[in-house]
Amino acid sequence: MERIPILKMGELLLVTIQVDMHDRMALALQDDLSERIVANGARGVLIDISALEVVDSFIGRMLGNIAAISDVLDAKTVVVGMRPAVAITLVELGMTLQRVRTALDVEKGMELLHASLREAGSSNHNAPI
Amino acid sequence: MNKAAQTRLAHILREHESEILTSWLQHQRSALSTGSRLISEAEVGEQSRQFLALLISAIRNGIIDLMASEWTEVRDMLSELSRTRAQQGFTPSQTAMFIFSLKQPLFECLRQEFAGDAEALAGETWTATMLLDKLGLLTAEAYQKGREEVISRQQHEMMELSTPVVKLWEGILALPLIGTLDSQRTQIVMESLLERIVQTGSDIAIIDITGVPIVDTLVAQHLIKTVSAARLMGADCIISGIRPQIAQTIVHLGVELGNVVTKSSLADAFALALKRRGLSVQSRKDGS
Repeated sequence: MERIPILKMGELLLVTIQVDMHDRMALALQDDLSERIVANGARGVLIDISALEVVDSFIGRMLGNIAAISDVLDAKTVVVGMRPAVAITLVELGMTLQRVRTALDVEKGMELLHASLREAGSSNHNAPI
Repeated sequence: MNKAAQTRLAHILREHESEILTSWLQHQRSALSTGSRLISEAEVGEQSRQFLALLISAIRNGIIDLMASEWTEVRDMLSELSRTRAQQGFTPSQTAMFIFSLKQPLFECLRQEFAGDAEALAGETWTATMLLDKLGLLTAEAYQKGREEVISRQQHEMMELSTPVVKLWEGILALPLIGTLDSQRTQIVMESLLERIVQTGSDIAIIDITGVPIVDTLVAQHLIKTVSAARLMGADCIISGIRPQIAQTIVHLGVELGNVVTKSSLADAFALALKRRGLSVQSRKDGS
């Protein structure tokens, strides 16, 4: 079965969804991504959905789940590049994905990830030993 | 109704065309005296002459059924005329008068023609009345349709006019909303805002509701939808222009705005947006 590639960039993982995702692919992505976060000790995940044109409630929920799972594994997740039509569809479906961080494009998403990692890093650094 | 009687009507019309036309124009002139600025007399004359000619050629076969193919030209001309008049600002009665003022001259002619034959006169008069009434109804319908077209066009234009998305600064968009928000407008507002967010790569959008007269639960829900959709794309929204009464209404209705940032004026919202982008406004020290 077709799988969505997960790229490693330092302590970040990069997922670009270039095809219309169907349900089994989304489930596989959820599996692969959680495996990879643990295996690489990733601190951040960036999911680029700028090529995703069609969403349904299932895919919407999967996006939310993937972000929640990454959060549990202590990796910050940012979803970037959502198209207007997709955003409207998700809102009309009543899915506002409150727990998912978003950014306009990959560049801004990277900035956001780096900023939040710096924040986390400095707070760790300041923590009493 | 026998065919002979109807051909008589066509015959009479043809015979007395010019005198009917003159008298008809006179009647129209007196009926239109108040609205005469709307249309020139020459134009009315031309329209009447053309209509009468078409009427005569249509009635030639003796069929008084407006849906028949012989009447296509008459129907088209009358619809066109009514629609134009609706757009020129004629009242419905002034428009219908075009047809109904033909009655008197026509009946006058019939009376002269059938002076000694009461039976035939009654028959012909009835036929003519039926015909003119049908034509009158057609006028009214076309007039109504013309008005509806005007209204729907205006509605459409208003829709487009009322949803501008303005770029305030690099990365900061503003959406000044004016008028009541219904579902259809929210849809358009949302779409144009999201499109502009993508186009300009802006990550802050200020929705200004100074011009929204009433905020009820439905409007609030629409606003929240727009904010959520923008957030999904990675842009933050600030709602500004909340007037004191509206703030009270929102609280009394128990509307939950969630974690949407609200500001009382567009200026405050803009200041916040600049701050978030790491910019600041400073007055020049030399004061020039």
